[in-house]
Amino acid sequence: MDAATTMKNSDQSTPGWDRDPVLSVEHLTMRFGGLVAVGDLSFNVGRGDITALIGPNGAGKTTVFNCVTGFYKPTEGRIVMRHGPGRQQDDVETLTDSGQRWKTTGNGAVYLLERMPDHEISHKAKVARTFQNIRLFGGMTVLENLLVAQHNPLMVASGFSIGGILGLPSYKKAQKEAVDRAVYWLERTHLIDRADDPAADLPYGAQRRLEIARAMCTKPQLLCLDEPAAGLNPRESAELNELLKYIRDEHDVSVLLIEHDMGVVMEISDHVIVLDYGVKISDGPADFVKNDPKVIAAYLGVDDEAEIDMPEVREDIEKVAGDGPAKKKPTARSKAAPAAKKTAAKAKPSSKASTAKTSTARSTATKASSAKASSAASTAAKPKTAARTAAKPKPAPAASEVKIANAGDYPGSQPHGTKKPRAGGANNLTRVKGIGPASEKKLNALGVWHFDQIAAWKKAEVQWVGSYLAFPGRIEREEWVKQARVLAKGGETEFSKRVDKGEVASSVPGKRGAQPKKKTTGKGGKA
Amino acid sequence: MATNGSNRAVAAPQNDPNSFAASVKDAATAGFLVAVLGFFFIGIRTDIAPGGLDLKMRWGAWIVSILVVFVGRLLLNLFVLKTDSPITRKIAGAMPSGSRFAGTGKWLMRALFAFALVLPFFFTTFFPGKDRQFIDLAILIMTYIMLGWGLNIVVGLAGLLDLGYVAFYAVGAYSFALLAQYLDMGFWFALPLAGILAACWGIVLGFPVLRLRGDYLAIVTLAFGEIIRVVLLNWYEFTNGPDGISGIPKPTFFGLELKRGEGGFADFFGIAYDPIQRFIFLYYIIFILALITNFVTMRLRRLPIGRAWEALREDEIACRSLGINTRNTKLTAFSIGAMFGGFAGSFFATRQGFISPESFTFLESAIILAIVVLGGLGSQVGVVIASIVMIGGIEMLRNLGFLQQVFGSGFDPVQYRMLIFGLAMVLIMVWKPRGLISTREPSVVLKEKKRIGADMVAQGEGH
Repeated sequence: MDAATTMKNSDQSTPGWDRDPVLSVEHLTMRFGGLVAVGDLSFNVGRGDITALIGPNGAGKTTVFNCVTGFYKPTEGRIVMRHGPGRQQDDVETLTDSGQRWKTTGNGAVYLLERMPDHEISHKAKVARTFQNIRLFGGMTVLENLLVAQHNPLMVASGFSIGGILGLPSYKKAQKEAVDRAVYWLERTHLIDRADDPAADLPYGAQRRLEIARAMCTKPQLLCLDEPAAGLNPRESAELNELLKYIRDEHDVSVLLIEHDMGVVMEISDHVIVLDYGVKISDGPADFVKNDPKVIAAYLGVDDEAEIDMPEVREDIEKVAGDGPAKKKPTARSKAAPAAKKTAAKAKPSSKASTAKTSTARSTATKASSAKASSAASTAAKPKTAARTAAKPKPAPAASEVKIANAGDYPGSQPHGTKKPRAGGANNLTRVKGIGPASEKKLNALGVWHFDQIAAWKKAEVQWVGSYLAFPGRIEREEWVKQARVLAKGGETEFSKRVDKGEVASSVPGKRGAQPKKKTTGKGGKA
Repeated sequence: MATNGSNRAVAAPQNDPNSFAASVKDAATAGFLVAVLGFFFIGIRTDIAPGGLDLKMRWGAWIVSILVVFVGRLLLNLFVLKTDSPITRKIAGAMPSGSRFAGTGKWLMRALFAFALVLPFFFTTFFPGKDRQFIDLAILIMTYIMLGWGLNIVVGLAGLLDLGYVAFYAVGAYSFALLAQYLDMGFWFALPLAGILAACWGIVLGFPVLRLRGDYLAIVTLAFGEIIRVVLLNWYEFTNGPDGISGIPKPTFFGLELKRGEGGFADFFGIAYDPIQRFIFLYYIIFILALITNFVTMRLRRLPIGRAWEALREDEIACRSLGINTRNTKLTAFSIGAMFGGFAGSFFATRQGFISPESFTFLESAIILAIVVLGGLGSQVGVVIASIVMIGGIEMLRNLGFLQQVFGSGFDPVQYRMLIFGLAMVLIMVWKPRGLISTREPSVVLKEKKRIGADMVAQGEGH
């Protein structure tokens, strides 16, 4: 987790999402005939957070989503979307009384989503969504899918088709920009090679990524993802985590997601909301929620003696409750325990059999016994933790001038860093494909200023940096080292050429060459 | 490739050593069935005679029908049903497939365009005796091409099945006829007005069907088409009802009428008057109108509105999640499609000089829709080919006099032309179930243009 999140989490008194919510759901009720799908639900989604909405099947998660994105009109309640910082409470109240749908305010705008039709929510309030069962335009190419997402700005640019029919140049320019944005997101989602293929031809995981890319092309402020990791294999799931973090960090987009994969939820969420039978039963940081007795009860049922016969629920619960190395043996009293052991044995790489026990008392005990482990690593259930713990005893090489306090917590070895860039200034690291301004800042904080520093990384360093920057495997995949070698020699890669031309939105166009005369990034100040 | 679906259902075990014997046996069974059934239907003829019915045995016809079925079934077994390499597959393979067509399609289009450009002079030069008939047919085909392109926007691109498209054709035709009758307006003034009026009616139809899907959409559009016709038929004081409107003015060439004598087109340019000039002029009017339709449609496909139409056809809910106003998008599709229908309608009125509600029956809608479906939904070239095949084909089948020499003088081939035509359509749809040109061309390309197979492309509502 990055520093900002940790800070937020430590400040338990007023969580960040209550101080600066991008979306507030207030007393939301949705009835279908006699069935109350969602009852008096209130929660906030923090600006710049990844917020997860979890709960057992039929808990009303997708109904909440459909209310937020305008596909259902809620029976009661208010849904407020805010552009610009702060709660803007006065503006929200005047807007509610005025009967209008939105209001531009001093520092942004506020929108009452329950009053807006679905297409306006996407267009004006900038809320984008994906679907549980993928809804792509299968007969259109990947690129066309992303252009359809930019319909509204393009419509204006084409003079509502009249200018476009006459072939005015302003539309051509707008279309080129739209294609560039599409290409940017295709590169981010590793779909650029399939740009001209029909979307229905893509494999499942790629379709999921394309749906996210398409939602991002609407330039949203809030991205709602309905089970983005469903049906993905572990590697794709890890890539998705990276993508979501990237969207949050580099594009300042808040993310609200429904997810069943607890690995994904616990690893990336800043804030977790748990629903059961349409009612919120827990709300807080991931660490808090996964130990909340009410959550465990909701997933497993409160009956101590109940037999759990849903393997995937058991697995989830192990992830939620079964953190830390299991020292306890299942008690003979429990009927569920043997079954849980079986699941653990066949399904898990991790060695923790055990605690799929239903009683709340038990889980508290587990919590106590493993408090140390859970405080060290938030993603207790991930195999990665094991690797981290194993790597702990290995002494980190003290070669770097920059000291990282918990450098030993990450596998591999910390790369050599210097406190200041060499004479002549730092290189523009964003010319490496995969390094954005935020990553560049982090690298500078590690004392990495120059391409040749990256070029000199060995496997251990790559592993350490990947783990430290919380995107393991990405450096290898994006070949940072290979790119840096070329760039260090003063050469150019295809990506760096585009950065230099200012075509890459995420990078800082700067001076080229390996020995710039002065600092080119203008961003990465002294760490 | 599409093989005959029924082939697989009936397919005998492959490489059967006794396939010939089995075929003969199967054919004999079929022959026996015909013998039993046909004994009463074919073998016995009843004539009214004084004092009751007179039975007459027709052994010859009975035996011939048995033999025809036996031989036909045997051939079918040997070459299609019970063979490893059915002949239908070979034929299907010989049909231009999507990818192969992509290369030739461009050249075919250019060749067709070049031919269409010089068509009237081609006929006046090479078929001087029949030029009027051929040019008239070309005008008819061109009208249907234009109607097909207009309907293609609604059905092919936006995926909204419209069974009442002829209503807009009627609105266009009656707009011009009534404007000419009451306000004494000329063709060129009335043409845009007719288009606008038809577009307005497109929006009027669009509103009630916005929320409808599937079969319900088709039924409501069908009803709309009938409502327009019935109103035209019964509003006698205004539209002259079933008597129709006659004396609709002819189009002028920059104010010059194409007539004999003083002040006419021929007189002004100092050339000899020939009635064919009027047909050539009409041909070029519809040719240019059709080209405009095509040009606008092709442009719109590459514009955000066109992509939104196609996205609407693929998935309406996803469209709404991306901020596309589906109501406006559907209405634009309806109104633009209707506008071209209106243009074609007012051309129809000026060409005929007389219109009545009888010209705008459901059959017209069905023919236009068949042209779009046969050509391949969303394909512009497909509509051209399908129009030539359908409209030209029906006309060509009138010239089947030679069949009289085969079947004897009692045989009237004109009566069978719709049967032959229907069979031909069934065969085409068996081999090319998604129309003659079923692949979709992407509207924007990053690196390499790849045509999209029909199996990927959704058909939209009501199919």
